[in-house]
Amino acid sequence: MKNRVSIVGVGQTHHRSKNTDCKGQELISIAVKRALESAELNMADIDAIVIGNMDHFESINYVDMWSVDGSGGYMKPIMKVTTGGTTGSAVGHAAFYHVASGLFDTVLAIGWEQNSESDTTAAISTCFDPITEREFCGGAIGPLAAQYTAYMSKYGATEEDAALVSVRDHNNAAKYNPYAHLRQMITTEEVMKSPYISYPIKLLDMCPRTDGACAIVFAGEDRARKTADRPAWVLGVGDCHILVNVADGIGLANLPSLEAAAREAYQMAGIINPFKQFDVAELYIPASTAGVCWMEALGLCEEGGGPRLIRSGATEMGGELPINPSGGVLATNPIGATGLLRIGEAALQVMGKAEQKQVDGAKVAVATGFGGCFWSDVTVISSLPQLN
Amino acid sequence: MGKVGIIGVAQTKYRRYNPASHAEMAYQVTREALEDAGLTIEDMDNTVTVCNDFWDGRTISCMTITEATGSHRVPTTNVEGDGTYGALMGAMRILSGLHKVTLVVAQSKLSEGIPSVITNAMFDPVYERVLGVDAINSSALQMRSYMSKYGVTEEQCAKVSVKNHRNAKANPYAHLPLDITVEDVLKSRVLADPIKLLDASPVSDGACAIIMAEEETAKKRYSKPIWVKGIGHCADAYHLGDRDLAEVDALASAARRAYKMAGIKNPMKEIDVAEVYDAFSYMELMWMEGLGLCGRGEAGAMVDSGLTELGGALPINPSGGVLSAHAVQVAGLARIAEAVLQLRGEANARQVEGARVALAHGIEGACGQGHCVFVLEN
Repeated sequence: MKNRVSIVGVGQTHHRSKNTDCKGQELISIAVKRALESAELNMADIDAIVIGNMDHFESINYVDMWSVDGSGGYMKPIMKVTTGGTTGSAVGHAAFYHVASGLFDTVLAIGWEQNSESDTTAAISTCFDPITEREFCGGAIGPLAAQYTAYMSKYGATEEDAALVSVRDHNNAAKYNPYAHLRQMITTEEVMKSPYISYPIKLLDMCPRTDGACAIVFAGEDRARKTADRPAWVLGVGDCHILVNVADGIGLANLPSLEAAAREAYQMAGIINPFKQFDVAELYIPASTAGVCWMEALGLCEEGGGPRLIRSGATEMGGELPINPSGGVLATNPIGATGLLRIGEAALQVMGKAEQKQVDGAKVAVATGFGGCFWSDVTVISSLPQLN
Repeated sequence: MGKVGIIGVAQTKYRRYNPASHAEMAYQVTREALEDAGLTIEDMDNTVTVCNDFWDGRTISCMTITEATGSHRVPTTNVEGDGTYGALMGAMRILSGLHKVTLVVAQSKLSEGIPSVITNAMFDPVYERVLGVDAINSSALQMRSYMSKYGVTEEQCAKVSVKNHRNAKANPYAHLPLDITVEDVLKSRVLADPIKLLDASPVSDGACAIIMAEEETAKKRYSKPIWVKGIGHCADAYHLGDRDLAEVDALASAARRAYKMAGIKNPMKEIDVAEVYDAFSYMELMWMEGLGLCGRGEAGAMVDSGLTELGGALPINPSGGVLSAHAVQVAGLARIAEAVLQLRGEANARQVEGARVALAHGIEGACGQGHCVFVLEN
């Protein structure tokens, strides 16, 4: 890597199911202002902007151009990146490349969504092929559900294993994250009793849809040294869009794109023993079931070891590798922002700025994004510009 | 700036209706760009797709061309904007040192949508859409504003259309090669005053692919890499009423950045050929001014003088430009592809002799709110 890339500021809105007091532009501006405050910078310091959301939710074409009032992008270089559910992390990676290229020094990444303005599932359904898939593909939930039935069948995982993930993430949000959308303490009994949406995924296993925005300031080395006393360094990035037909993914017990993206990011960053080397993880877990069956793709456990890992308590706050101190996607899901929030939360952790969510002494973190057709992004972030 | 070379290009023939699907068009240009570069899909270590959910009528529209572009095999991302922005992302991924060869593919099928509805969706949902604003009638406001401010005439705009449609006759990819006169343009059906049918670009299906490579790979694998010397992009205010539609400040900013990177001090003298995004005839005049090829309000006179004709001092849009072929998202990338052909000396009947430095340009949003400028050299 020719130019090191850091994160010097993170901002987000207080996420809600429906923002009645501000429209999209204002939502974006809140996140941007908070990111600039966090970095102690002004809009004038920003060299370029990358923004992303999923068009069909707000029904606005050319959001890069529309958002200028809210993003502060007037007379600045701006572009839009959109890749479905991974949009937030793809936007983060795009900002990373802006800086890594040496063409821009201080770049603002913005992810946002006003899901309250959409029929989320109907919009997501349009990603599937109109002739061969759309009739039966149930948005995001169906394919996730099918994947877990395959994992349960192959490795003996249970619905209770997934319920533990749901309890962990929801309760972390309730206890530690004032920005989270859902902040209710729940129990495994409540999860198991909640109605099925698509077997085996139940209501309390599934992420909400949220209005919210996140903004992150990425910076080159010079800017990093000038502004942040302890920047977060982006050590590795990986993106993988391995499948395009849902039928190719249904029935797979694992997530090959996450494996591939992790491999790429880990290699770049020098991660060889992820479970030991990571101090904290902010993972894009859209359904609790994914929190069981995707862990091995990240190398956090052996094949089929998801249930063991979850039941061990290692991923709880205070455990060996806390996952989702923020509450993750199960607590907050403004889709275009969700992947970027994972990067932002991971950065806050290694910067020591995660406040109530802070995992003490966190130095190395992993953030993931998920979306599209079983697509994945992985980002490795550290308080050190390189791992020893 | 580090070195990025363009070593492969391909375009479909632009047409009103291409029976091929999004994926088939993307596959065609991917295969042909690879052939052009003498490479295989295995040589691509990352890709950038350029797809827009509105134009494609599906969410996560890049899914449709993932396999066709080999994007399932390697790290990939999707830029939603004009193809020039996709090429910018492709260049940045190489300049990072993390990737060596980027395939950039843009496609769209306007035949499957209703452009006025799709472009109406650019405007504010609460305050503006109800007025029925779309790309054509908003551009009409800009054309009128520009003409009023600077005394540019409909005839001068018409000359751009005449020039570009005639140039298109030498471009096998062009959708609308035409032999027309200024009078034909002036008499053509009014779409939204003062924009007439022959002042407007057509609605085209099409795709374009380019292959960008870092220096060593570019030099090793290809005898005539075309180097990216400068890139700039910039966006103006969003609401039409917040802008002076007759001005081109965002373009001037983008051009300044690209010229600085490329070491260009006198664009009119140093640029040999320019491919600019003339979605409407008047736009070519405005963009000439924003690019600093002449002073503000002086482009009409420049067109009168014939300087921008194929044999002139600075030929603009020898390909026929966007007026002759307009696949949205694609057209800016096509400007880059055409500039590459020019600098390779492979532009055949539309060749600008001895071209060494080329400019390629794309726009984004309503009335050219955003601009992206590339300076290329052989």
